[in-house]
Amino acid sequence: MSGAAASSGLRKLRGPSAVGGGWRRFFDLLYLIAVTDFKKSYFGTVLGYVWSLARPLMLFAVLLAVFTQIFRVGDDVPHYEVMLLLNIVMFGFFQEATVGAVTSVVGREGIVRKTQFPRVVIPLAIVVTSLFNLALNLIAVLIFVFAFGVEPTWTWLLFPLVVAALLVFTVAVAMLLSSLYVRFRDVAIIWTVLVTVLFYGTPILYPIEIVPETIKDVILVNPLTPIFEQMRLWVIDPTAPSAVDAADGLLLALAPIAVYLATCVLAVWVFNREAPRIAEEL
Amino acid sequence: MPERTPVEALTKAAPAPPAGAAALAIEASGVDKTFRIPTNRITSLKERAVRPFARPDYRELRALRDVSFEVRKGEFFGIVGRNGSGKSTLLKILASIYRADAGTISMDGHPAPFIELGVGFDPELTARENVVLNGVMMGLSPREARRRLDAVLEFAELEEFVELKLKNYSSGMMVRLAFAVMIQTDADIFLIDEVLAVGDAAFQQKCADTFHGMRDAGKTIVLVTHDMATVEEYCHRAMLIDEGELRYIGDPEEVAQRYLKLNFERTAEQPEQAFQGQTGQEDARVLRAWLEDSAGGRTSNLERREPIRFRVEVEAINEIPEPSFGFNIANVDEIQVSAFGTHLADGEGMAERLTPGERARLRADIDNILTPGRYRMGFWVCRNRNFNDVVLRVPRVLEFVVYGSVWSVGVVSLEAEIEAQPARGSES
Repeated sequence: MSGAAASSGLRKLRGPSAVGGGWRRFFDLLYLIAVTDFKKSYFGTVLGYVWSLARPLMLFAVLLAVFTQIFRVGDDVPHYEVMLLLNIVMFGFFQEATVGAVTSVVGREGIVRKTQFPRVVIPLAIVVTSLFNLALNLIAVLIFVFAFGVEPTWTWLLFPLVVAALLVFTVAVAMLLSSLYVRFRDVAIIWTVLVTVLFYGTPILYPIEIVPETIKDVILVNPLTPIFEQMRLWVIDPTAPSAVDAADGLLLALAPIAVYLATCVLAVWVFNREAPRIAEEL
Repeated sequence: MPERTPVEALTKAAPAPPAGAAALAIEASGVDKTFRIPTNRITSLKERAVRPFARPDYRELRALRDVSFEVRKGEFFGIVGRNGSGKSTLLKILASIYRADAGTISMDGHPAPFIELGVGFDPELTARENVVLNGVMMGLSPREARRRLDAVLEFAELEEFVELKLKNYSSGMMVRLAFAVMIQTDADIFLIDEVLAVGDAAFQQKCADTFHGMRDAGKTIVLVTHDMATVEEYCHRAMLIDEGELRYIGDPEEVAQRYLKLNFERTAEQPEQAFQGQTGQEDARVLRAWLEDSAGGRTSNLERREPIRFRVEVEAINEIPEPSFGFNIANVDEIQVSAFGTHLADGEGMAERLTPGERARLRADIDNILTPGRYRMGFWVCRNRNFNDVVLRVPRVLEFVVYGSVWSVGVVSLEAEIEAQPARGSES
């Protein structure tokens, strides 16, 4: 018996990992799970899509009333209504995806513990499902954009960049939260609070120009701020300050980018570190 | 080795293992796995913040230590062990669900783990969607998974229910679907954990046929089980794991015997024990009661068909005229399997009496056709050759276990010659 030939096909097992099992299977699974989850949320209820649209629209209506009739924040802001709606829809995506992702890995315990499954697919599928919802909601936003007479410009073509930037950050946060939740169950509570803080700490309800200097630095460090700033500039109001202009200073312009990148690196590191042990921790 | 009953003889005997020169499918060497079980677990960040330097306390559970084995291509390999022996942990390591702490595992081919049937089924989705999703999980492309849908449904006999959501399926239908999905995958190495024990009798037969088919088709199969009949019927080779250590590897029948022995040694009481529940007028007492093995030693575990060699020594406290002895065997359900009686006899015939302090010894060799399981023996002493005139009754003079890998239900397993043939042209 030729030992060399016999063992030539043997490959060493490397154990469970975030992506294990090959990229093709990874993307097949991601797509299938996201699509089926998406279908489930709409075909289960009669008015599925209506409800998913109703939530941001209701919030929009209430906030619009408060901030144009009571606080009058929007008076001097061109197309305040459209900006508010677009911001709410975009932040809604971030919120839905991250809150959903927190418990996702634990929620699919059976799969994690009893099959060889690329773990990172689980939070990613939640994000992709939310992305489908976002796409549907953006159609509604587009109607508002035209209804309120926003001028189309060539910079609309840059909108996918904004979505991409937000998507990457959302994925990072989703990975981070879902892997931490396996060990620390209060991550869920902490995140619901933090996400509210982020909602007010991002220029969603207000334009960045009216933020007083006292707290402006805090908001400028928020990695979501430049994303929403650029979106406003490119899509709604060509006269709005760009993220760099708003930051008054290169250092403050780079700060959110640093936070953004740090979050991504941390997420990948933590998830990779936790992935092999998730099945045992559950 | 147990004698084969005709029932066993009817089933397909395990074929010769694949040629010794076959290439390795799995090579594991020095696999170690320790679980850290937190006794004082920090599960919240709040606790972590309050006591930032508190080290969580762990109890170490050594699930596997230095396990090495090889599985050849085309082999049906059994992993046997009691609950908590580490056998399922080993399978999960092979399946890349857990990571081994030390040691290496190499594999030639694509493994498909089946730790539990129907994992990943979503009750909110239809059978069609679930089959495709599961197929992809097993490594098929979505297109390929869709192409095999019909074959899956046909095997599961669920063609009419393809658009039905799984939450409306009966558990039997679900199991059939899960099994059908499993066997449609392209894996080279199947890692299977106790999935045979599902479904109704007809479907179990179908599963059994499938396993025979897979084995004959030369698939590599690793099966974790504690059903020895399965091991003996299917496996080419098997290994026994106990307390995380490899105890034996090789011939499945030997593995089965060792497993059963190991299992009952742990649970059976010692032969010598207090004779609790002695009742009657206490005119006599039991000094010793035991079962003898073929070598003359004591035992409390009998292999099926090994004679029950029952021995008792009694001592009279007061005079017992015309003494008789009775004993019986009862199973765990307190069903009396058999009862026996005899009168004390000396060289010349029946003895007239036992005087105080005098001893008597009873020897009984009993045919053992008992179904594998746990039994107790009762013992009593009577006088005046009347079994109703009891001077001592010990309901539980000893306990013993009969082990064997014969599948049977009931109180005893009787010898039988059974055949079933198609009856052609004989209908009236």
